Order: sequence, then C-alpha cells, then structure tokens
Amino acid sequence: MCLGIPMKILHIDGDDATVSAGGLKRKADVSLLKNARIGEYVLVHAGFAIEKVKTKEAKATLKIVGDIDEIRR
Amino acid sequence: MKYVDEFRDSRLIKKEAALIRSAVDRKWRFMEVCGTHTMSIFRFGLRQILPDDIELLSGPGCPVCVTPNGYLDKAIAIAGEKNVIMTTFGDMLRVPGSRSTLEIQKASGCDIRTVYSTTDALDIAGRNPSKEIVFLGVGFETTVPTVARSIMIAKKEGIKNYSVLSAHKTMPEALGSLAGSDLKVDGFILPGHVSAITGTAPYRFLAKTYKKRCVVSGFEPLDILQSILVLIKQKSPKVEIQYKRIASSGGNPKARACIYKVFQKCDSVWRGIGKVKDSGLEIKKCYADFDAEVKFHPRPAPPKENKNCRCGDVLKGLIPPVECKLFGKTCTPQHPVGACMVSSEGACAAYYKYRGDRFE
Amino acid sequence: MMHSLIDSFFLKEFDNKILKRKSDSAVIKIGAEDIAFTTDSYVVNPIIFPGGNIGSLAVHGTVNDLSVCGAKPLYLSLGLVIEEGLDKKTLAEITKSISAAAKAAGVLIVTGDTKVVEKGSCDKIFINISGIGKVYYPGLSGDRIRPGDAVIVSGSLGEHAIAVLSKREGISFGTDVLSDSASLNMLIAGALKASRNIRLMRDPTRGGLGTTLNEIVTGGKFGIALEEKDIPVSEGVREACELLGFDPLYLACEGRAIIIAAPQDAAKIIKVLRRDRLGRGSKIIGRVTFDHKGKVYMKTSSGGLRLVDMPSGEQLPRIC
Repeated sequence: MCLGIPMKILHIDGDDATVSAGGLKRKADVSLLKNARIGEYVLVHAGFAIEKVKTKEAKATLKIVGDIDEIRR
Repeated sequence: MKYVDEFRDSRLIKKEAALIRSAVDRKWRFMEVCGTHTMSIFRFGLRQILPDDIELLSGPGCPVCVTPNGYLDKAIAIAGEKNVIMTTFGDMLRVPGSRSTLEIQKASGCDIRTVYSTTDALDIAGRNPSKEIVFLGVGFETTVPTVARSIMIAKKEGIKNYSVLSAHKTMPEALGSLAGSDLKVDGFILPGHVSAITGTAPYRFLAKTYKKRCVVSGFEPLDILQSILVLIKQKSPKVEIQYKRIASSGGNPKARACIYKVFQKCDSVWRGIGKVKDSGLEIKKCYADFDAEVKFHPRPAPPKENKNCRCGDVLKGLIPPVECKLFGKTCTPQHPVGACMVSSEGACAAYYKYRGDRFE
Repeated sequence: MMHSLIDSFFLKEFDNKILKRKSDSAVIKIGAEDIAFTTDSYVVNPIIFPGGNIGSLAVHGTVNDLSVCGAKPLYLSLGLVIEEGLDKKTLAEITKSISAAAKAAGVLIVTGDTKVVEKGSCDKIFINISGIGKVYYPGLSGDRIRPGDAVIVSGSLGEHAIAVLSKREGISFGTDVLSDSASLNMLIAGALKASRNIRLMRDPTRGGLGTTLNEIVTGGKFGIALEEKDIPVSEGVREACELLGFDPLYLACEGRAIIIAAPQDAAKIIKVLRRDRLGRGSKIIGRVTFDHKGKVYMKTSSGGLRLVDMPSGEQLPRIC
C-alpha cells in the first residue's frame, strides 16, 4: 500500500507534472511538495509526488555499507 | 531504475548480512509494521539471508487487513445503488465483508473499477457527469494526503459527483496500543513512506515510554537489512532514520496540512485490535459534500465476523499465520476468510505465498 | 477462478482422457494421422493496444497453442461476436490484422461465423478462433520431464500485459512497451529441428510464467528451480511493475514459448532460437529438480529464496 517509486520530473505545469522512470511516463500531482523542479527525483505514490529524493543521502546510505564504524557511530 | 537498483545490489546485501551476523549476540525480535515491508521481506527472500537469531514479526501495517467487515459492508451497500461508479485500489476487491466482496458484487453487475490514483477517480467523475463516483479511502498517512488533495481539487473545480468513503487510519496510536500490550518485541521497523509524511516525532513515545528501539526503514533489501543492523547497534532505545534519502525527522508539513484541512481525528476500529482512540480520520463537516457517509447514509445489516478467524492475533504479532486453525485449510488466497489472506500485503497471504520463513 | 471453474464444472461434465491432459491443444488420432486441435476465445480490453489488436492477438494465440504441441498449424476457423454500433473503421482494421497475421503464419482461415448483438451485450468485439494442425514432433508431454532438464524461455516476460494495461482506464501510463504478440510456429519449428530431446513446450499467456510452471509441476513428480538473475524482464516492464505493484512472473506473454529440454541440448536450442528475431532474448532460466516436488521456487537476485506459487484470483482481467 505504500508502494512508491522514485521518478524524475520532466515537465511541470502548475500542480501537474510529467514524471518518468526510464521509459515509463505518467502524470503526477506535485501539490504536496514545496518548489518541485524539473530534473528532480521525487517519490511517486498513488499518482502524487510525496517527497523529494535527497541524492546526497542516497549516496551516503550506499557508502556506509561495510563501514562498521559509520554504523556504530 | 535509479535509486532502486543500487539498493538491491547483491554484493552490498551480502556485506550487510555479514555485518548483521557478526553483530548478533542474542535472540532479537522485531516487528515490521508496514505491509510493503512484509512483501519486500518475502519477495527478496530476506529471511534466508538473516541469521536464525533474528525473528521478524508482521504487524498491523496493511491498511486493507485492518479494515473491519463493517466498512466493506457499507461499501457494498453504496456500490449497489443506482448510478454509482465505485473506484478503489485493487487490493480491496477481494476483501471479505460480512456477506460478500466487491469482486462478487462487480460480477453481479455493480460498476466497480480499480484505479491507481484518486486523480484517475476524478477523471472518471469528469467523464460521467450523470453518475456518482465514490472512492474507497483506505490507507495510512502516505495515502491520506493524496485523498485529501482529491477532495480539495473537487471542491475548487466544482465537481459535484465525487465523494470518499473514509476508512483512513493513522499509525502511531495503533503502535502505542501494541507496545503497551502483551506483545514482546525488542523494537519496530517503522514504515518509511508513512514516516516521510509524519516525521519521527509521533513515534518518540515508543522509545521513551515503552523502551522500544525504532528505525524508519526504506523498502529495498539493503534498506531493511541496514535497518535491522541499526536496531541491534542502538545503545539505548531511540527513533533513528535509515531511509534518509526520503524520510526526515520533520516529515512533510505541507502534506500534513492537507490531511488536517480535510480530515479530523476520530476513534477507529482496527480489525483484531479493536477500537483505538484517535487513530482514524473522518472527513470534516466543511467538506461534507464529498463525504460518502453523508451522501449515501449506508446502513447495511450489522457486521458479522468469523469467530475462528485469528487475523487480529496475526496482526498483533502474537501468532504466526500457521497457528490460525483456518490458515491453509478454509482460508486460502483463493478463498480468503480474513483480510490478512486477501491483501497482497497481508501477513497470511505473504506467508502462504512464500510458505513461511524457511524452506522445507 | 478459471482453474476451479474448469476443474469443478467442465472436466467433470466432459470427462475423457484427451481433455484430462489439459494441454494447450488436444492431440487426436484421425486414421493414421496425429492431428492437433485447439480453440481459444479473445476478450482483451482495450481491443487495440500498443503492438497489436484483438484480431492479430487471436490468430497468434491459436497458432501458438498448436505449435507448442509439436504441430504445424494449418487451418483456422474465425468466430466473431460484434456489438452493434462498432465503427466500421475499427472493424476493418481488425479484419486486416487477422488477414495479415494468418498470412505471415502460413495458415488459412477456412470457415467462420459472425453474430451481431445489441449494444451492451458484448464489449465491442469478442473473437473465437479454433485451429487444426498436423503433429510433426510427437510425444511432447509432461511425462517426459526429468530432474536436471533445462527450463528455457524464448524472450522477456510480461510485455503484452503491460502494453494492454498502459491503455486501461484507471491506470494509464506512457510506456515504450509493445505487446509481444506474435506467431511462434517458425521459431518453434527451428527449436524442434535442433533437438530430439525436447520434453514439453507451453506458451505462458494468462497468468504468465509463474502460473504455467506451476501447472507443469502439479502432480508432484519434480520441482522447478529458477534463477531470478537469468529471467529476462525488460526495463519498461520492470518500471511498470514497480510503479503498480505487479510481479512480472505472473504477467501474460503472447509471443513467448517455455521449452523444457534435456540439459545437454539446452545450449544448442538457445543458439537456434536466438537466430530468429522472435527468439533473440532466449535464456535458460532454471532447472527441473528432484527436490521441492510439486513446487516452483526461485533464488532471488539478493541471494535469498522464494516460492513462486500459483497466483490467487484474477490478477488482471481481460488481458487476452
């Protein structure tokens, strides 16, 4: 039920955006976000973008795998 | 797929699993609360990767599973009315009400359609001005803002033939009810997308009052494994975020504002748990025109629950699905008795589909 | 629901040895000849979808049902039930497609029937196609399957289902995915020529690979072990599945063959399949096993293990 996938904003017109994941395109409503911008990745759930993907954090999450000290903090 | 595939990398998963194995020094019991976590764990076969000392329980995070019979009975009553097009997420179609299911009603001639989004339901309303479109609002804080927005859009654009039958619920109160009960868990794997909306504040009492370790987890295999490691490594119970690329401690204030513009808290009945104070969301009076309860006043016969159905105990993590007398015999995915078996994210359905956590 | 309808109603009523085999086509003896005979009805919604329409789909489906039984498809019947008011342009387009598909497959439509029903009595057009062919590779049967046999699929999964879904009201989305609907008789003939040790073939239509493999292991004489990393799924199908929560293992294919063959012939069969445009994506996706009898299971890309069970209920209505 919490199905959501990261999709890239291709086009915005008011609250309506066109988003894509690879070759898949759909419309998504971006009214739940502040300042959605073209090129940003957003999490799309039930036709709405509910949050932006924080790319720095994504990289960091992948980096700390195998880094015991980082996890132990 | 960007931001998905990287978190399914089998080398990283192996590394994380090895870290968990070396960190495990005793038996651990964690409850994963979100139905989508239940599905991920089974889909990726994570139980095979985890050491035996880690036990994962499925909690009441499947909104379809916790919806009581009475709601389905109301939905069926409305679907049977002339000129109604009922729109719903696919999961609800086969959920048993007291006497029937939406799928059976559809086969009997009711116009019931699966949609992916409330915006699709609004489109159907626009294309069918002489019909009444009713959307079944089932879901937690991830979904509620999207339903709230659909009502706000309908009001703004003067769409008069759209309404929502709300069965929406909020997570934290139900978790409190569980944490304070006879449930024995060391901690919770918290729902990543619900938390992206709510932030972490609503869960702090789980760590503070009930001394449960908590982590907000993503849904990919790496996320879930990393979250388990985070829980094991906590020096004292607290709420942490593993899913930092999406969730933050402050959540999404704009989405929350939408929820409470349209909805207000109410008491809500959770299948198996019973009534939980302030855990439901009902449509405010100022949006009564979009409230299917007000529009249709559905009054079905009193709900009937199967006495032998133990969905409630499964949802509370008290028993694994196999301990329910009906599991696999009277209650199967083909002929479900309880909602836990019907929903694609239900603990019983996942258990049945993937035959439990260990292969014979 | 379909399986239980078939088992509890139809098999009970029409009890005979040939029907009980539940093959894609019935193989019957007429004089000294082994003739394959099949029938299929097509109710896909929408009737025109990316990569095809109900007409071409119907021809391909019936041709494939004959082909996977080791028969050369020869003659088709065409039964049409048309809703009053179906526009002539659409009907012309579908008819042209039927004709083109039959020509390309080298089959003749030799008899038919047309009924027009009042508006609302059927959804635009329903098609039934029956077909007969001559068996040239006899003995294909689940009884021939042995532990160790290779499980081969001729291309990526779920293209047809996703193409159709992308145009459905309520879940429409933009995608490059086209239906894989195609006649496989030439592709299959090539494979059958390359090996005398092919045990069984099926086309994974409604319910997809997962359903078809579960049907094959029913009876509990062997199991099937799959490797997720070897199962071909295109990016387009994967993206749609992630968005909508579908499992590609259960999505309908209309231009794919599953081939179970002796392990020593697997590489040879793959080579031959890949020479054909329709078999470029062929892969060995698993093995028949001694253990886990009656079950299909899969090693996931994450290194875990999951059961691939028979799906419950109608995953996607009116997909073919």
